[in-house]
Amino acid sequence: MAVFVSVFLVITTTLLVARIVYVISQSSKPNRNTSQKHLSTLVVLGSGGHTAEMINLLSVMQKDWYAPRYYIAAATDNMSLQKARVFEDILDDKGADGTQFMQIYRSREVGQSYITSVGTTLLALGHALWLMVKIRPHVILCNGPGTCIPICAIAFIFKCMETSGFGDQMVIYILCGEYCKSQKTIIEWLASLQTTHG
Amino acid sequence: MDNVNNDFESKRIVFVTVGTTSFDSLVKTVDSDQVKEALLEKGYTHLVIQMGRGSYIPKKSSGGEDGSLVVDYFTFSSSIADYLRSASLVISHAGSGSIFETLRLAKPLIVVVNEDLMDNHQSELAEELAERKHLFCGRPQTLCEVIKSSLNVDIIVPYEPGDANPVAKLINKHLGFPAD
Repeated sequence: MAVFVSVFLVITTTLLVARIVYVISQSSKPNRNTSQKHLSTLVVLGSGGHTAEMINLLSVMQKDWYAPRYYIAAATDNMSLQKARVFEDILDDKGADGTQFMQIYRSREVGQSYITSVGTTLLALGHALWLMVKIRPHVILCNGPGTCIPICAIAFIFKCMETSGFGDQMVIYILCGEYCKSQKTIIEWLASLQTTHG
Repeated sequence: MDNVNNDFESKRIVFVTVGTTSFDSLVKTVDSDQVKEALLEKGYTHLVIQMGRGSYIPKKSSGGEDGSLVVDYFTFSSSIADYLRSASLVISHAGSGSIFETLRLAKPLIVVVNEDLMDNHQSELAEELAERKHLFCGRPQTLCEVIKSSLNVDIIVPYEPGDANPVAKLINKHLGFPAD
């Protein structure tokens, strides 16, 4: 019985590792987007500079290709969604249908103790899972605020699972912006998986 | 130099901002006699403090005949762009939004790092930009020193904002959209 369980575990782990390695290795290959005219896009906003830089990028991107757009910011961030709304208001109406603004629970507030952070992080992950299942974006844009960690984690898991309709087409862009150097290690790790540098 | 013909021209405003944070140690330091003296000596006339969520309240002052600094403060503003534009010197907390907004306006900037924050990726950013000579960097305790001895606007290298177009093109190409 024990032998059976151990063999099962070894096989499952090996398959999982192989799958993860495959997903990572395929990550920089260009997608053939022949069928779709537009791709639903999730934009992750972080405090201050992150949002400013993301809006700066969005302002030079083709709005009809990246639509509908879903903006996500942390629940305690009052400015970012406001800035996104102002940005969307300035755009023409084309592609504005279906634009949505959402908030996600923060994994950890500045100054929060690490013990309670475990609980809030799990909450954030659960919320991210819920939002991702609801939206199922084709493209995820983020530039490294803490808000994007649960979202990218869930997205990456979806990609590894590749259940049809669940993330098999998803592309995650973690952009190294002007202050890339100061990002945390886990972001750097994620960034090394799928990064497009400017 | 008293009695100015052109009031606007002789005004040299120092604008202090803490963004949406609480940064009492910076506001206290800026409101101290030593720092105000140091700013006066450098030729500044007005001090405007955006104090955010802090609890320390600075002392307002209308300046006056003794030539002291005119001091005013407020908590928040929906946009500090106008304050930044009219400033001759900006002293800011290390938030990247405030930093880049100031740099884009090409204003001399002293960034003060808040050591009470647990994770300090903010200080890394400030130090990196200071190394590239885009701004001056310090802590509340060293602010007076920075103003007195290091504040030399001639060594500042203007900041060139990054162009997002190459990034957009790369993403488009990667996703299979037609290259522009």
